[in-house]
Amino acid sequence: MTAKEILEWVAVLLVLFGSIISVISAFGLIKLPDVYTRSHAATKSSTLAVLACLLGAFIYFWSHDGYVSIRLILGIIFVFITAPVAGHLICRAAYRSRVQLADGSGDDALKPLLFDGDIAEPTTVVLSDEETDAEEK
Amino acid sequence: MKETILLLALTFFMIAIALLLYRVIVGPSMPDRAIALDTIGVNLISAIAIVSIVLSTKAFLEAILILGILAFIGTIAFSKYIERGTIVDRKGDS
Repeated sequence: MTAKEILEWVAVLLVLFGSIISVISAFGLIKLPDVYTRSHAATKSSTLAVLACLLGAFIYFWSHDGYVSIRLILGIIFVFITAPVAGHLICRAAYRSRVQLADGSGDDALKPLLFDGDIAEPTTVVLSDEETDAEEK
Repeated sequence: MKETILLLALTFFMIAIALLLYRVIVGPSMPDRAIALDTIGVNLISAIAIVSIVLSTKAFLEAILILGILAFIGTIAFSKYIERGTIVDRKGDS
């Protein structure tokens, strides 16, 4: 096995690792109870998956063709910078549009600061089954 | 062997996108859908990287950058719309 072949195997295994992490992240998005925990699954592990996959592609092109791709490096840096920012903005928008926390969450220290004395109903939360039943009656 | 592993990885990414599509359709609130769309865009980036390895071409690498930028700007626009109700603020109009 030459060094070139070993580098190609490392690249391919990095891509496989990234894809497995991505499936785990998608399961997290399906199974977790509310928006805030889901954004936890979506931003962290999905970013790791994309970083591993793009790094694998970079190493593969580097060892196979001897081609150092600036665009892949730029893509890696861009995803690495923007994914946490996007997750933070979505969580902030979700909290300010009064998406409720899941049952069993702990203290909500931000609520008295933001919505003090304001007991309006949440705007974007879909009604639960009991409420829709009550409306129908 | 390498190509088989790469195609397996591509299949995994497609399974992940299908699961995220469930969250986009069902998702109880709008931020859920926005998060799932952002993650779909990020997974498409890696799928494009794998396709360009399998086809051994460098022509798709620009699409990775463009898709990353578009997914980010789309998420920013969604979050601003969810939070304020508008996307573009005009002066004296609000």
